[in-house]
Amino acid sequence: MSEASPAKAYALHLGVIALLFALSFVLPAYHHGLLARIMVLAVFAMGYNMLFGYVGLLSLGHAMFFSAGLYGAGLTVYHFGWSVPAAFAAGLACGALLALAIGLLALRTSGVAFMIVTMMFAQVFYLVILYFAAWTGGDQGLVVPQPARILVLGSASLDLTNPTVRYMSALALFSIVLLVTLAIVRSRYGRVLVAIRENEGRTKMLGYDTFSNKLAAVVVSGAICAASGAAYALLFGYVGSSFASVQYSILPLLWVLLGGIATTLGPLIGTLFMYYVVDVTSGYTSAYLLIVGIALILLVLFFPKGILGTIRQRWLGWLP
Amino acid sequence: MMPLLTTKGLSRNFGGLRAVDGVDFALMPGEIRAVIGPNGAGKTTFVSLVSGRIQPSSGMIVFDGADITSLPAYARVRLGVAYTFQITSVFANLTAYDNVALPVQRTLTDGRSKGAVHAGVMAALERTGLADRAHMQAGHLSYGHQRLLEVAMGLALKPRLLILDEPTQGLADSEIDNFIGLVREIANSATVLLIEHNMPVVMQLADRITVFNAGRILAEGTPEQIRANAEVQDAYLGATHG
Repeated sequence: MSEASPAKAYALHLGVIALLFALSFVLPAYHHGLLARIMVLAVFAMGYNMLFGYVGLLSLGHAMFFSAGLYGAGLTVYHFGWSVPAAFAAGLACGALLALAIGLLALRTSGVAFMIVTMMFAQVFYLVILYFAAWTGGDQGLVVPQPARILVLGSASLDLTNPTVRYMSALALFSIVLLVTLAIVRSRYGRVLVAIRENEGRTKMLGYDTFSNKLAAVVVSGAICAASGAAYALLFGYVGSSFASVQYSILPLLWVLLGGIATTLGPLIGTLFMYYVVDVTSGYTSAYLLIVGIALILLVLFFPKGILGTIRQRWLGWLP
Repeated sequence: MMPLLTTKGLSRNFGGLRAVDGVDFALMPGEIRAVIGPNGAGKTTFVSLVSGRIQPSSGMIVFDGADITSLPAYARVRLGVAYTFQITSVFANLTAYDNVALPVQRTLTDGRSKGAVHAGVMAALERTGLADRAHMQAGHLSYGHQRLLEVAMGLALKPRLLILDEPTQGLADSEIDNFIGLVREIANSATVLLIEHNMPVVMQLADRITVFNAGRILAEGTPEQIRANAEVQDAYLGATHG
């Protein structure tokens, strides 16, 4: 990770972005739509990976950060008629502030206690959404109407319900977060985060205030997840409480484990893989979860560090 | 001259055990001080109190004229108190380079050193003879090299007080000779507090020796004085007197 082959790493990441851009013009409509959704959710996974992969903090409550973005953007558009950029900023701010508050409390614990505390906060968040059903639509959720999802930039206006605009917006968000993540993990700060994961006590004895560093990582992670949630509300127009349920705290964990923990591109690979396994198998049988389960077991057996993690370990040591 | 480090009535209890018991200690700048004593005498607890890894039950620690008793460990490191571990605790999964880069970038952030991370890292690795192993994973280094890496990390913190907790433990004799040279060189720029069991190393290196027994200071003096001290011989060197 130190200063080995930065050019290679950036070239690879730009190559992936270019490939996703090119795919927009060749994919059939169905896969085009699916890939847009996968890119937005891969951002969620990248935010999760920031904390889980690099700092080694396993949270079971990240659904609350995703849905803080989802509702922060969705409710401001729906109830107050905010513009798309303002709503996105609101979602991002909600996620970052929530992460700061949760981080201050949850980081007093570690290990299993941290998992439980984050999960409990996320359940509280979920129940709060259901409780304020008059505003949030409860378990029905809200559909953001099409006219509210038009991004006005000067004299131009972009309709986010248009498939190509939606795909390109998702790609733009994905690219920014990917490059920001890459820059963070290659920075001095990224090195400190990894050191905390490897041995927190030793890191303190090198002069680092590990609590502040971890808190900053929770906020960055929460903000990235909220960006994903806000984009989801604005691009796909659905704001629902199921996104705050515990299932959506487990999914990013699975995506990251599958793709490769503490790899920058792993979250994309994991999300893509999981979506397509479900997509393909559910076309053949209603018992598709059985096949998904078997696929997961095979991966754990043969790719214990995730797809990219194993590739890095065996062949490409320079992967960030 | 004012001492660099002073402790007054420093104590630490673990349950009913008084591991460190009212220690008054002073260390002059530039000194190499060895701390010796039988197992369980409270040496490691004492230096852990100084470095801030554990909090004292009572007493006071003054570093360079400032009371640091209530400062957390990381803040003491930033003032220049560096601690190298008794049990090697390098970051086994990171490269030797990254292990040293962590303390180097810390001193850069604190404004206690200047220049690029790379130059600082290579300088510390060269001083400890590890430069050609910079990109090896620390966990794959030999035990002796891991001990040296631990010292390189301590050096890279630009310490004013470097605490070495049993640095020669597990080293071969040839490695120990190099190590003595290295500590002498470090002492040109930092004060060294050394816990050590290997008596020839202590006698060669130390300007003064402090002997701990049962949490208290039993004796203090030059190597010659300590060697001649009958009490020390009873408590530690195991000699019997007729």
